[in-house]
Amino acid sequence: MLDVEKIRKDFPILGQQVYGKPLVYLDNGATTQKPTIVLETIERLYNKENSNVHRGVHHLSNVTTENYEAARKTVQDFIHAEHAHEIIFTHGTTSSINAVAFSFGERYVQAGDEIIVSGMEHHANIVPWQMLCERKGAILKVLPVTEKGDLQLEKLDDLISEKTKLLAVTQVSNVLGTINPVKKIVKIAHAHNVPVLIDGAQGIQHEKTDVQETDCDFYVFSGHKIYGPTGIGVLYGKEKWLNEMPPYQGGGDMIKKVTFEKTIYEDLPLKFEAGTMNYIGAIGLGKAIEYLQKTGFDDIIAREQELEEYATSRLMQIPGLRIFGTSDHKTGIVSFLIGDIHPYDTGMILDKLGVAVRTGHHCAEPLVESYGITGTVRASFAFYNTKEEVDILYNALLKVIEMLG
Amino acid sequence: MDIEEIQKEIVEEFSIYDDWMDKYNYLIELGKEMPAMDPKYRTDQYLIDGCTSRVWIHAELDDEGKMIITADSDAIITKGIVALLIRVFSGHSPEEIKDAELTFIDEVGLKENLSPTRANGLLSMVHQIRMYALAFYTKQQSGKKE
Repeated sequence: MLDVEKIRKDFPILGQQVYGKPLVYLDNGATTQKPTIVLETIERLYNKENSNVHRGVHHLSNVTTENYEAARKTVQDFIHAEHAHEIIFTHGTTSSINAVAFSFGERYVQAGDEIIVSGMEHHANIVPWQMLCERKGAILKVLPVTEKGDLQLEKLDDLISEKTKLLAVTQVSNVLGTINPVKKIVKIAHAHNVPVLIDGAQGIQHEKTDVQETDCDFYVFSGHKIYGPTGIGVLYGKEKWLNEMPPYQGGGDMIKKVTFEKTIYEDLPLKFEAGTMNYIGAIGLGKAIEYLQKTGFDDIIAREQELEEYATSRLMQIPGLRIFGTSDHKTGIVSFLIGDIHPYDTGMILDKLGVAVRTGHHCAEPLVESYGITGTVRASFAFYNTKEEVDILYNALLKVIEMLG
Repeated sequence: MDIEEIQKEIVEEFSIYDDWMDKYNYLIELGKEMPAMDPKYRTDQYLIDGCTSRVWIHAELDDEGKMIITADSDAIITKGIVALLIRVFSGHSPEEIKDAELTFIDEVGLKENLSPTRANGLLSMVHQIRMYALAFYTKQQSGKKE
């Protein structure tokens, strides 16, 4: 069991008031708050250890390099990758997907080929593939979503053709909260020899991830959505792909030998880490993951599902409230609208009552528009949220109806 | 009344409300009361790029060369803000509008909520109104020269 009181003390930002009301932070899908241990680590690194990695002969550079590589190992263990060099640090999910879209695309995608995404993707898992398709004259195909918010997996077999080069799909929908059966998806795709990229931006913090068991070819996520710093992200790729794919950025630290005639690239992972990396972000991310493990990641997962279920049952008591995404497999996220009240109006009033939510299309316009709406209100939970906070949301929504209904 | 005087009047109206809820209720009231826009202008051509709510703005010149602004939004609080902008700007000459300073948002104590961010599109709305004014003004000036 998690001691929520104690946990909340680890996140100093949660204790504040906004507009004289206690902050109820329910926008964890956008970004999560950082525990003190992460903040202290970042401060200590800049105060005592800052030095560029992989370069110096001196003490500080060695210490930082060791910490950076230890963070890589922490990430490797956390997602259960086979090798540490399959973990590439990036700026975040978006840059990870763009990296794959470019490097994989350069190596394997030609005119007439096909890339498949699902109908519930975040723009970050649509636009880079669209750009690739435009560059190569390839075709983007879409796996449809049911009204409840589940992927129509039975259509995947038919959607895949001999021209399909890659399938990119999210682990958890950032709008609906649906947990997709990624292992099953990978199995279907692999039966056709199609590699799979899993967007873990909303999955890594709510689900136990095992890239070997899932057998996905690429897995990407952002540090800031799993209690780590902003500006750090991860690209996991199977060794075989990463070795074959060309680097997407050239520069320092990614080379073995440079002459004006030809450059020999470094081995993994450095081949994909050109220039000075966000090593402090990476070490901070490592600390965040350690914090989650120490707190008890299984308990965290259970608690977030419990909060999502409690919020769903509570919100369903509100007359006229409609929940988007009613899959049997959900976590962390509840998207809704009340009657014909605009989500922006709801969000504005909630804000004044101290409740932070996200409103709008959540960077997933095709999905949101498929429901015939322009946006939703989204409450997204972290393990530091409480049932009392859900109750505050409930009461705040009654106030919204009073003012706007 | 000129643009500055209207803004002063709005600030005075808001000054009787001391808490945010009354201010918002007033905005909601204004949004509800705002005259409907001619549906033919509720199209993408007149849509302002906001982030979370949609706003349509149309402007034309009347016989006296004053700019008449009509608008709509699918969010009621946004509509209330638009109603205030129309009250401030509509019925004035393009020359006045293009040079007018917008002060009332700060002064009614809504700045922190209605800050010109992409979330409420306030900045885009004001920009669009000024663009209309500039276009009409340029047209009027070139008309004079001919």
